[in-house]
Amino acid sequence: MTANTTLGWTREQMAQRAALDIPNGAYVNLGIGIPELVAKYVPEGREVIYHTENGLLGMGPAPEPGLGDPELINAGKKQVTAVQGAAFFHHADSFVMIRGGHIDLCVLGAMQVAQNGDLANWSTGAPDAIPAVGGAMDLVAGVKTIHVITQHTTKTGAPKLVESCTYPLTGPGVVDRIYTDLAVINVGPEGFHVEELAPGVTFDYVEERTGGNLVPGDKLAQSGGIPAGTD
Amino acid sequence: MIDKRVESVAEAVADIPDGATVMIGGFGEAGSPIELIHALIDQGATGLTVVNNNTGSGEVGLAALIKAERVAKMICSFPRTANSTVFPELYRAGKTALELVPQGTLAERIRAGGAGIPAFYTPTSVGTPLQGDKEVRSFGGRDYVMEHGLVADYALIKCERADRYGNLVYNKTARNFSPVMATAATTTIVQTKQIVEPGELEPETVVTPSLYVHRIVTVPQPLVESELVAAGATYP
Repeated sequence: MTANTTLGWTREQMAQRAALDIPNGAYVNLGIGIPELVAKYVPEGREVIYHTENGLLGMGPAPEPGLGDPELINAGKKQVTAVQGAAFFHHADSFVMIRGGHIDLCVLGAMQVAQNGDLANWSTGAPDAIPAVGGAMDLVAGVKTIHVITQHTTKTGAPKLVESCTYPLTGPGVVDRIYTDLAVINVGPEGFHVEELAPGVTFDYVEERTGGNLVPGDKLAQSGGIPAGTD
Repeated sequence: MIDKRVESVAEAVADIPDGATVMIGGFGEAGSPIELIHALIDQGATGLTVVNNNTGSGEVGLAALIKAERVAKMICSFPRTANSTVFPELYRAGKTALELVPQGTLAERIRAGGAGIPAFYTPTSVGTPLQGDKEVRSFGGRDYVMEHGLVADYALIKCERADRYGNLVYNKTARNFSPVMATAATTTIVQTKQIVEPGELEPETVVTPSLYVHRIVTVPQPLVESELVAAGATYP
């Protein structure tokens, strides 16, 4: 079994699929990695405000080459821009927005997600690892809705959607929805509820690559490709 | 007349003793008071406890302070940034201790410390290894961990403009931890790119009011950490 297959969505398509579910007017925090790609795929006609926890509401795309400011960066420490209507604030205020429940949606990466919504995305727990947590625990504890974007399996083919996490938790029972290269999956009462399958991917194919309990969702559909008109 | 200006970065940090707790502003290179940190390296204080979100990059600024083995303990949220190799080496060698704190909890601990609040409850880290053996209480059916306010002997911060009283304005996301650190330190030392006359900073836009600030030194053209790292620079 290998994750190196032409079946399923690419990273860009995963980001594009996740962007379809971001509602107009949402205040959104995007994690580092694939989640960063989501911003460029929000459908036309929707206005979304991006928060970055190092003190900016109204984060825009990377600057044109040569026009960046090393003091205008995102949480991944990459140079960004501020959109018209942006605001700067200090770190305690930034986490008031997060912990206080004022951010609508956070899209994060994952090492493991358990069928009860537990998320592990900050440490493998290896004895020689330098632990680093950043704002991940604050985000999952405070943001109203947590979406995860991740490959369905690790590079060696091990499931990342599991019965229970073996890595240290970022937060218990926090994940609402998962976008993988194979499917869109909600965390629900019976575990992983498959809501949408990537083109050409079957339920059985996903189940073979999933460590926890996988069930068909109420409205399970085969994606007609990206962009699928869900809205 | 109140005038908190000092002549040099060396004078600004001259009295920081061995074993002091020092909050250093900045998130990565944004807002890092690199000249004050270099002056602290020159000054020689050691056995420091340093509070910063990260552990510096390359071998300049905060990373250089750590490399010089002046830091006995780091309190931070993310010690593993790109180009951050100095801290992991010393940590693995047992030469520097680490207190890992979630980023929002770190910011709120500093805010609480500055506000005279000894402890508070937060949902962050409940059910994770970082909950540790901290007290847990339930409010409204949800569990929260108790975290302690954090204060320091000194804060070293960087701003864009200051007046002689110590009113401060920052630049973009270089603001980050500095306003809360200014409130939580016994002595707050500021490097500013520009000094202006009292009254030139619009009161409505002052971010750090002057009473939190004790010393101001002007550094008109601060070094840019990422440029130094890209050039392979080291300090001293």
